[in-house]
Amino acid sequence: MTAFVPPEIDWAALTPILIVLGTAVLMVLIEAFVPTRVRRAVQTVLAVVALGGALVAVAWRWGVVQSQGGSELVGGALLEDGPALFTQGVLLLLSFAGVLIIADRYQGEDAFAPTGAAIPGSTYEEEARRAGLVQTEVFPLTMFAVGGMLVFPAAGDLLTMFIALEVLSLPLYLLSGLSRRRRLLSQEASLKYFLLGAFSSAFFLMGMALLYGYSGSIRLSEIAKAVPAMAGMDSLLLAGVVLVIVGLLFKVGAVPFHAWVPDVYQGAPTPITGFMAACTKVAAFGALLRFVYVVTPGLTWDLSAFLWGIAILTMVVGTVLAIVQTDMKRTLAYSSIAHAGFVLLGIIALDVRGISSVLFYLLAYGLATIGAFGLVALVRERDAEGNITGEASHLSQWAGLGRRSPVLSVCFALFLLSFAGIPLTAGFIGKFAVFSAAIAGGAWPLVVIAVLASAAAAFFYVRIIVLMFFTEPATTADGRETTVVAGEGLTTVAVLLCAVGTVLLGVLPSPILDLAASAAKFML
Amino acid sequence: MSLVNYLVLSGILFSIGAVTVLVRRNAIVAFMGVELMLNAANLTFVTFARMHGELQGQVIAFFVMVVAATEVVIGLAIIVSIFRTRGSASIDDVNLLKS
Repeated sequence: MTAFVPPEIDWAALTPILIVLGTAVLMVLIEAFVPTRVRRAVQTVLAVVALGGALVAVAWRWGVVQSQGGSELVGGALLEDGPALFTQGVLLLLSFAGVLIIADRYQGEDAFAPTGAAIPGSTYEEEARRAGLVQTEVFPLTMFAVGGMLVFPAAGDLLTMFIALEVLSLPLYLLSGLSRRRRLLSQEASLKYFLLGAFSSAFFLMGMALLYGYSGSIRLSEIAKAVPAMAGMDSLLLAGVVLVIVGLLFKVGAVPFHAWVPDVYQGAPTPITGFMAACTKVAAFGALLRFVYVVTPGLTWDLSAFLWGIAILTMVVGTVLAIVQTDMKRTLAYSSIAHAGFVLLGIIALDVRGISSVLFYLLAYGLATIGAFGLVALVRERDAEGNITGEASHLSQWAGLGRRSPVLSVCFALFLLSFAGIPLTAGFIGKFAVFSAAIAGGAWPLVVIAVLASAAAAFFYVRIIVLMFFTEPATTADGRETTVVAGEGLTTVAVLLCAVGTVLLGVLPSPILDLAASAAKFML
Repeated sequence: MSLVNYLVLSGILFSIGAVTVLVRRNAIVAFMGVELMLNAANLTFVTFARMHGELQGQVIAFFVMVVAATEVVIGLAIIVSIFRTRGSASIDDVNLLKS
């Protein structure tokens, strides 16, 4: 019998995660004890302060890691190194903007159902709406998701990674089912996301079990050490690695594991779509980067066909299907699939520059995504009596928007140009960095395909811009028209933050590129 | 008895679970398929722990059980809310979201 040795815990290094998860627990208590009237204000302020505080804490830890090097925390379950802290910083910045958009409301109504348990269209729901009920539980749920996301890219063993995956996914399953309008679509999105998400995490778990059988450990560094010694068990190792990667690829929405992406992005409440599209992808790519760069360098030869195939499929399918969509949220969903393919290039590169370019790309993509979905949430339908109803998500409803609300349209066009990778936006620098890393890693055929896919993708981004600025607004027979609501100003702040970030990263990228480059070293 | 038998069994259970998720049309039955897959992974963990002669794999199995339980809570909440809306828990009926 060996005695139990308690792990040494460096609490200071855990500050960012502790702040976020501690606030989430506090928010659950607030749900129980604070009166309904002030609950929403308290939750919003708390969320914003906690995310800002955690961001400051990450900056402080960044300084410590730069001077003293990375370290193992909690007996190696968590790692504090450059890529982990950079990803966490990006995540906190994006979720800060995301929470502002989630908290915004128009005429006292936010984007969420007054009570999630009510049957859609029932009198109970209508009464709850009139009574002004709000589902403030979205704030703790969001914070728990952010907590899981912070742990995900910093995980030092597969079990921590699995738990973080669940902690970030489970709140998102619920959040996607809470839309105020089009609740049937929302519930459907929630069910699909949940079933496919649980299915994929079972694959992740089985892969983890096989790797444990192969190496006798779930620690990433131990598995990496065991990789060269493939003593007749290489099928076990390969199956395990592929299953774990499949579980992670599902979260980033790579083809052929993308089936849920368009449905969930369309059905979920738009602020949640923006939050999840940006932050889940950043966290999952952070974890995928760590897994691929730490565990699989000895397996490059066996895995390259698999990863190349997925990257090509993801870029091509995402781009082609985005062109034929007629719904704004679905178009952006397919475009996000195509972007996942571009990021995969940087991961396949297996080059030092691959890490920093992926980190930069994720920041650029995340800013544009949160901003774009924040704006989609503001463009609404107005019926003949002048009542503002759901979002005008059909592409044709966006015709001529540039004349009626030029500021919104210019911001939206900026995000689209960043998606398309036009110079002077963050997207261009991100694409350039990822493509040059892939060429340095010898993946030039992939880069050729990626450049062609970007050119095809530019077509539908420009088509939306043409639609907004150079097309007459369409009139419908029943007198519905498209209008832009103002909200309480929180969305405006978040969108401006994203727009300024997108332009700054496009014009003056070098400070952030240097920062990402100094982060590009995984701890083994 | 050879420990490999347990691995074969867990492989079979995992496959049955995966096929259940893909083939069965009732959301609750499909969800049971997921649970079967998680438990097949548990069996693999415990078997490998025995093979390596250590406890880590068994401890992981406990973590997985907790995760499976939380998934049940969330999953049933979602499935029940859909059932109350539509009076059916069939996956074929949730087809409003299409390209």
